[in-house]
Amino acid sequence: MISRYDSLMARVTSTFIAPAIQVYAFYVIAHGHYSPGGGFQGGVMLAASTVLLRFVLGSEEGYRRFPPRRAALFGALGVLCFALIGTVPLLRGGAFLDYGMLPIVGAGEALRRYIGILLVEVSIGFAVWGSLVVIFDALTAPGNGADEGGRS
Amino acid sequence: MLWQLDFWLMSLLIIAAVVALKVKDLLVSVGMLTGYSFLMALLFSELGAPDVALTEAALGAGLTGVLLVAALHRLERRSQD
Repeated sequence: MISRYDSLMARVTSTFIAPAIQVYAFYVIAHGHYSPGGGFQGGVMLAASTVLLRFVLGSEEGYRRFPPRRAALFGALGVLCFALIGTVPLLRGGAFLDYGMLPIVGAGEALRRYIGILLVEVSIGFAVWGSLVVIFDALTAPGNGADEGGRS
Repeated sequence: MLWQLDFWLMSLLIIAAVVALKVKDLLVSVGMLTGYSFLMALLFSELGAPDVALTEAALGAGLTGVLLVAALHRLERRSQD
Protein backbone atom coordinates (compact mmCIF):
# COMPACT_ATOMS: atom_id res chain seq x y z
CA MET A 1 0.00 0.00 0.00
CA ILE A 2 1.48 3.31 -1.01
CA SER A 3 0.58 6.44 0.87
CA ARG A 4 0.12 9.75 -0.88
CA TYR A 5 3.38 11.59 -1.55
CA ASP A 6 3.30 14.78 0.47
CA SER A 7 4.40 17.35 -2.08
CA LEU A 8 2.04 19.61 -4.01
CA MET A 9 4.61 20.18 -6.76
CA ALA A 10 5.10 16.47 -7.44
CA ARG A 11 1.35 15.81 -7.41
CA VAL A 12 0.45 18.65 -9.80
CA THR A 13 3.33 17.91 -12.17
CA SER A 14 2.61 14.20 -12.43
CA THR A 15 -1.13 14.67 -12.87
CA PHE A 16 -0.34 17.05 -15.74
CA ILE A 17 2.30 14.80 -17.28
CA ALA A 18 0.43 11.48 -17.08
CA PRO A 19 -2.19 12.31 -19.78
CA ALA A 20 0.58 13.60 -22.06
CA ILE A 21 2.45 10.30 -21.63
CA GLN A 22 -0.74 8.43 -22.49
CA VAL A 23 -1.37 10.47 -25.64
CA TYR A 24 2.22 9.86 -26.77
CA ALA A 25 1.83 6.17 -26.00
CA PHE A 26 -1.28 5.92 -28.17
CA TYR A 27 0.64 7.75 -30.92
CA VAL A 28 3.47 5.23 -30.65
CA ILE A 29 0.99 2.33 -30.84
CA ALA A 30 -0.96 3.74 -33.78
CA HIS A 31 2.17 4.57 -35.80
CA GLY A 32 3.92 1.29 -35.06
CA HIS A 33 3.94 0.21 -38.70
CA TYR A 34 6.13 2.94 -40.12
CA SER A 35 7.98 4.55 -37.26
CA PRO A 36 9.95 3.23 -34.30
CA GLY A 37 7.72 1.81 -31.63
CA GLY A 38 4.72 -0.43 -31.64
CA GLY A 39 2.43 -2.23 -29.30
CA PHE A 40 5.03 -3.21 -26.73
CA GLN A 41 6.66 0.20 -26.35
CA GLY A 42 3.31 2.01 -26.25
CA GLY A 43 1.97 -0.46 -23.69
CA VAL A 44 5.03 0.08 -21.48
CA MET A 45 4.46 3.86 -21.64
CA LEU A 46 0.78 3.45 -20.72
CA ALA A 47 1.79 1.28 -17.77
CA ALA A 48 4.40 3.87 -16.78
CA SER A 49 1.77 6.63 -16.67
CA THR A 50 -0.53 4.48 -14.51
CA VAL A 51 2.32 3.52 -12.16
CA LEU A 52 3.39 7.18 -11.91
CA LEU A 53 -0.09 8.15 -10.71
CA ARG A 54 -0.09 5.27 -8.21
CA PHE A 55 3.29 6.28 -6.82
CA VAL A 56 2.49 9.96 -6.41
CA LEU A 57 -1.23 10.06 -5.59
CA GLY A 58 -1.13 6.94 -3.43
CA SER A 59 -2.76 3.58 -3.85
CA GLU A 60 -6.26 4.70 -2.88
CA GLU A 61 -6.60 7.44 -5.48
CA GLY A 62 -4.60 5.42 -8.01
CA TYR A 63 -6.91 2.41 -7.58
CA ARG A 64 -9.91 4.70 -7.99
CA ARG A 65 -8.54 6.06 -11.28
CA PHE A 66 -7.44 2.69 -12.66
CA PRO A 67 -8.75 -0.27 -10.64
CA PRO A 68 -6.51 -3.36 -10.33
CA ARG A 69 -9.30 -5.54 -11.72
CA ARG A 70 -9.37 -3.42 -14.85
CA ALA A 71 -5.64 -3.99 -15.27
CA ALA A 72 -6.13 -7.76 -15.11
CA LEU A 73 -9.06 -7.45 -17.53
CA PHE A 74 -6.96 -5.44 -20.01
CA GLY A 75 -4.14 -7.95 -19.87
CA ALA A 76 -6.44 -10.91 -20.45
CA LEU A 77 -8.43 -9.14 -23.18
CA GLY A 78 -5.26 -8.16 -25.02
CA VAL A 79 -3.94 -11.72 -25.09
CA LEU A 80 -7.40 -12.98 -26.14
CA CYS A 81 -7.66 -10.49 -29.03
CA PHE A 82 -4.13 -11.39 -30.18
CA ALA A 83 -4.95 -15.10 -30.16
CA LEU A 84 -8.27 -14.49 -31.93
CA ILE A 85 -6.74 -12.38 -34.71
CA GLY A 86 -4.02 -15.01 -35.04
CA THR A 87 -6.37 -17.99 -35.30
CA VAL A 88 -9.02 -16.53 -37.63
CA PRO A 89 -6.73 -16.85 -40.70
CA LEU A 90 -5.92 -20.44 -39.62
CA LEU A 91 -9.63 -21.33 -39.87
CA ARG A 92 -9.80 -19.86 -43.37
CA GLY A 93 -6.86 -21.84 -44.68
CA GLY A 94 -3.99 -19.45 -44.11
CA ALA A 95 -1.08 -19.46 -41.69
CA PHE A 96 -1.09 -18.18 -38.10
CA LEU A 97 -1.24 -14.34 -38.12
CA ASP A 98 -1.61 -14.30 -41.91
CA TYR A 99 -3.29 -10.90 -42.12
CA GLY A 100 -4.12 -11.28 -45.80
CA MET A 101 -6.66 -13.99 -44.91
CA LEU A 102 -8.62 -11.88 -42.41
CA PRO A 103 -12.34 -11.77 -43.29
CA ILE A 104 -12.81 -8.01 -43.70
CA VAL A 105 -15.44 -7.18 -46.31
CA GLY A 106 -14.71 -4.52 -48.89
CA ALA A 107 -10.97 -4.36 -48.25
CA GLY A 108 -8.16 -5.28 -50.60
CA GLU A 109 -5.16 -7.38 -49.65
CA ALA A 110 -3.01 -4.41 -48.61
CA LEU A 111 -5.77 -2.82 -46.51
CA ARG A 112 -6.51 -6.18 -44.84
CA ARG A 113 -2.86 -6.51 -43.82
CA TYR A 114 -2.83 -2.89 -42.61
CA ILE A 115 -5.89 -3.39 -40.40
CA GLY A 116 -4.60 -6.74 -39.14
CA ILE A 117 -1.25 -5.29 -38.05
CA LEU A 118 -3.00 -2.33 -36.38
CA LEU A 119 -5.39 -4.59 -34.44
CA VAL A 120 -2.55 -6.84 -33.30
CA GLU A 121 -0.50 -3.83 -32.18
CA VAL A 122 -3.42 -2.45 -30.17
CA SER A 123 -4.08 -5.80 -28.49
CA ILE A 124 -0.37 -6.22 -27.64
CA GLY A 125 -0.40 -2.71 -26.18
CA PHE A 126 -3.36 -3.47 -23.94
CA ALA A 127 -1.88 -6.82 -22.88
CA VAL A 128 1.43 -5.21 -21.87
CA TRP A 129 -0.33 -2.33 -20.10
CA GLY A 130 -2.47 -4.65 -18.02
CA SER A 131 0.28 -7.14 -17.21
CA LEU A 132 2.81 -4.55 -16.06
CA VAL A 133 0.24 -2.81 -13.85
CA VAL A 134 -0.72 -6.19 -12.39
CA ILE A 135 2.96 -6.87 -11.58
CA PHE A 136 3.27 -3.47 -9.89
CA ASP A 137 0.06 -4.04 -7.88
CA ALA A 138 1.28 -7.45 -6.76
CA LEU A 139 4.55 -5.90 -5.59
CA THR A 140 2.89 -3.10 -3.62
CA ALA A 141 -0.16 -4.98 -2.32
CA PRO A 142 -0.68 -4.77 1.46
CA GLY A 143 0.08 -7.80 3.61
CA ASN A 144 2.42 -10.78 3.19
CA GLY A 145 5.39 -8.45 2.93
CA ALA A 146 8.48 -8.56 5.06
CA ASP A 147 8.79 -4.82 5.52
CA GLU A 148 5.43 -3.34 6.44
CA GLY A 149 6.96 -0.10 7.62
CA GLY A 150 8.53 0.97 4.33
CA ARG A 151 6.15 3.29 2.54
CA SER A 152 2.95 1.75 3.75
CA MET B 1 28.33 8.34 -35.93
CA LEU B 2 30.84 10.39 -33.99
CA TRP B 3 33.41 8.13 -32.43
CA GLN B 4 34.03 10.70 -29.65
CA LEU B 5 30.39 10.54 -28.57
CA ASP B 6 30.46 6.74 -28.74
CA PHE B 7 33.63 6.70 -26.65
CA TRP B 8 32.28 8.92 -23.88
CA LEU B 9 28.92 7.17 -23.76
CA MET B 10 30.67 3.82 -23.58
CA SER B 11 32.99 4.99 -20.78
CA LEU B 12 30.06 6.36 -18.76
CA LEU B 13 28.24 3.07 -19.39
CA ILE B 14 31.11 1.04 -17.94
CA ILE B 15 31.43 3.38 -14.94
CA ALA B 16 27.67 3.11 -14.25
CA ALA B 17 27.78 -0.68 -14.50
CA VAL B 18 30.76 -1.00 -12.14
CA VAL B 19 29.23 1.40 -9.60
CA ALA B 20 25.90 -0.47 -9.73
CA LEU B 21 27.71 -3.72 -8.99
CA LYS B 22 30.08 -2.45 -6.30
CA VAL B 23 27.90 -0.10 -4.23
CA LYS B 24 26.50 -1.31 -0.89
CA ASP B 25 23.19 0.58 -0.86
CA LEU B 26 20.67 -1.25 -3.03
CA LEU B 27 18.70 1.93 -3.79
CA VAL B 28 21.81 3.55 -5.25
CA SER B 29 22.35 0.37 -7.24
CA VAL B 30 18.86 0.63 -8.73
CA GLY B 31 19.50 4.27 -9.60
CA MET B 32 22.75 3.43 -11.33
CA LEU B 33 20.99 0.64 -13.22
CA THR B 34 18.37 3.06 -14.59
CA GLY B 35 21.17 5.46 -15.49
CA TYR B 36 22.90 2.60 -17.30
CA SER B 37 19.70 1.87 -19.23
CA PHE B 38 19.33 5.52 -20.21
CA LEU B 39 22.93 5.70 -21.46
CA MET B 40 22.30 2.45 -23.34
CA ALA B 41 19.24 4.04 -25.00
CA LEU B 42 21.30 7.09 -26.02
CA LEU B 43 23.98 4.80 -27.45
CA PHE B 44 21.42 2.73 -29.37
CA SER B 45 19.82 5.80 -30.92
CA GLU B 46 23.24 7.21 -31.76
CA LEU B 47 24.16 3.96 -33.49
CA GLY B 48 21.03 4.15 -35.63
CA ALA B 49 18.63 1.74 -33.91
CA PRO B 50 15.75 3.98 -32.77
CA ASP B 51 13.36 1.08 -32.26
CA VAL B 52 15.62 -0.66 -29.75
CA ALA B 53 16.41 2.71 -28.18
CA LEU B 54 12.73 3.45 -27.62
CA THR B 55 12.21 0.06 -25.98
CA GLU B 56 15.25 0.50 -23.76
CA ALA B 57 14.25 4.03 -22.74
CA ALA B 58 10.66 3.08 -21.95
CA LEU B 59 11.32 -0.22 -20.22
CA GLY B 60 14.86 -0.06 -18.86
CA ALA B 61 15.01 3.58 -17.81
CA GLY B 62 11.31 3.97 -17.05
CA LEU B 63 9.52 1.02 -15.58
CA THR B 64 12.18 -1.43 -14.42
CA GLY B 65 13.51 1.10 -11.93
CA VAL B 66 10.06 1.61 -10.45
CA LEU B 67 9.46 -2.13 -10.19
CA LEU B 68 12.86 -2.67 -8.55
CA VAL B 69 12.21 0.12 -6.03
CA ALA B 70 8.81 -1.41 -5.26
CA ALA B 71 10.51 -4.77 -4.74
CA LEU B 72 13.15 -3.13 -2.50
CA HIS B 73 10.44 -1.88 -0.16
CA ARG B 74 9.33 -5.45 0.41
CA LEU B 75 12.81 -6.64 1.27
CA GLU B 76 14.02 -7.16 4.78
CA ARG B 77 17.73 -6.72 4.95
CA ARG B 78 19.86 -7.95 7.75
CA SER B 79 23.48 -7.21 7.07
CA GLN B 80 26.30 -6.82 9.51
CA ASP B 81 28.41 -4.31 7.62
